[in-house]
Amino acid sequence: MSDTTDSFSEPYIELTDVVFSRDDRRIFDGVSLKIPRGRITAIMGPSGTGKTTLLRLIGGQLKPDSGSIILAGESVPDLKRKSLYQLREKMGMLFQSGALFTDLSVFENVAFPIRVHTRLPEDMIRDIVLMKLEAVGLRGARDLMPAQLSGGMTRRVALARSIALDPELIMYDEPFAGQDPIAMGVLVKLIRDLNHSMGMTSVLVSHDVPESLSICHHACIVSDGRIIGEGTPDELRNHPSAKVQQFLKGHPDGPVPFHYPAANAGNDWGIDGGGG
Amino acid sequence: MQWLADLGRQGRELIESLGRSGQFLAGFLLGVPNARVGFPLLVKQLYFVGVLSLAIIVVSGLFIGMVLGLQGYTILSDYGSESAIGQMIALTLVRELGPVVTALLFAGRAGSALTAEIGLMKATEQLSSLEMMGVDPLRRVVAPRFWAGFLAMPVLAAIFSVVGIWGGMLVGVEWLGVFEGSFWGNMQSSVSFTSDVLNGVIKSVVFGFVCAWIAVYQGYDCVPTSAGISSATTKTVVFSSLAVLGLDFVLTAVMFGDF
Repeated sequence: MSDTTDSFSEPYIELTDVVFSRDDRRIFDGVSLKIPRGRITAIMGPSGTGKTTLLRLIGGQLKPDSGSIILAGESVPDLKRKSLYQLREKMGMLFQSGALFTDLSVFENVAFPIRVHTRLPEDMIRDIVLMKLEAVGLRGARDLMPAQLSGGMTRRVALARSIALDPELIMYDEPFAGQDPIAMGVLVKLIRDLNHSMGMTSVLVSHDVPESLSICHHACIVSDGRIIGEGTPDELRNHPSAKVQQFLKGHPDGPVPFHYPAANAGNDWGIDGGGG
Repeated sequence: MQWLADLGRQGRELIESLGRSGQFLAGFLLGVPNARVGFPLLVKQLYFVGVLSLAIIVVSGLFIGMVLGLQGYTILSDYGSESAIGQMIALTLVRELGPVVTALLFAGRAGSALTAEIGLMKATEQLSSLEMMGVDPLRRVVAPRFWAGFLAMPVLAAIFSVVGIWGGMLVGVEWLGVFEGSFWGNMQSSVSFTSDVLNGVIKSVVFGFVCAWIAVYQGYDCVPTSAGISSATTKTVVFSSLAVLGLDFVLTAVMFGDF
């Protein structure tokens, strides 16, 4: 995908100097980020750097210690409970586990947000659900229960559910993790097609570099509580930061060391003067 | 001095937990219920929490009533008062064993199931996905389960007592030959609706509130891992049992204490 500098003039989500800590551990230390409207933005980074936490901050499930998060012109951390829930009706989120309701069938899972937020007649709900399932290629699986689905199918049903109300924003939390190549290819196609056909703003959190860079318009890399690299996929590939290059190319050692910090090795093995 | 620090930390954690559970309770009690959405969910939960607990309640009630009949006959016959067995069984069940044993059984069967179900929904991100869909999990998931537990408990306790009395009658009258007229007559003349039956109902309402609150709170507040859910389920049974027994003493002292 190529660039989109024009889109940066109109951010849909804007994070400014966001600081967030959990259990005395600083997760984000002044993160600023603009997510353009109608485009796919990939947030990448090593495991445990708080990528999912970033999505939860955007969705208002967590509140930052300081800084601002503006989504569609509204300050998410300052919203009252009712306004926040109303704002969330404009959002869809694909969870890493799929998070389908295990006591409901595939059809009922997709119908759930429609039933809760609208008073459409049953035949119209049926048509919408079947259209959404058709979009993810699972119209034929409507009567299955979540326990009968494979991991890839679960995520596709969850995707159909998250787009059931045609949201303005969709957030994908590690959509490719643990998927076989075919399922991964299907998900890549679906994310790209949905963004293209529905014009949704998409935020994709992943550490699968090739897949993410192949579909995103804009990407950033989070590490050590900060954004260490940002730009179009081509800009990132040519980024001067050694840390960015280590992440993109998957080098086992580099600025992010192979060894977890440890005490002097000599102490552990009882060797006098041993090096660490 | 480490023990003092540990004691202080545990005390602080206990107060924090009590505060969180109070906030949690207010979160779903103070909301305006939506009958169109809430009623079907409540009926479904009443089935899981109440109807599916019937078997254990009925069987336990029957055997406890039969044991009371046997023990009562053995003790009372020493004094030639076996005709008072109906009175003894009814008062024991209606005042004490009905509400208390039902609450203990409820905590073990339904309370632990509620905790595990909500905890698993948390671990599998179902609660988060509800939030992100603009649906408040406190109202959608927690409130129907809480109200179902709260409403089911007095009914289950009443069924327990009725079945228990019937079990006692089976043993006392049918087996040991106590005169049926004195069995029912003594019971009728000595069991008061207001001071015995109503106080028993009040106890079961209080136990229902506490057990349902503990069960849904432990599920909602658990660490979303298999160890966390296991620990929360255990806590539900232990805390509910201790709360029921402790509250039973307090309520009995208030209701029946002659100070």
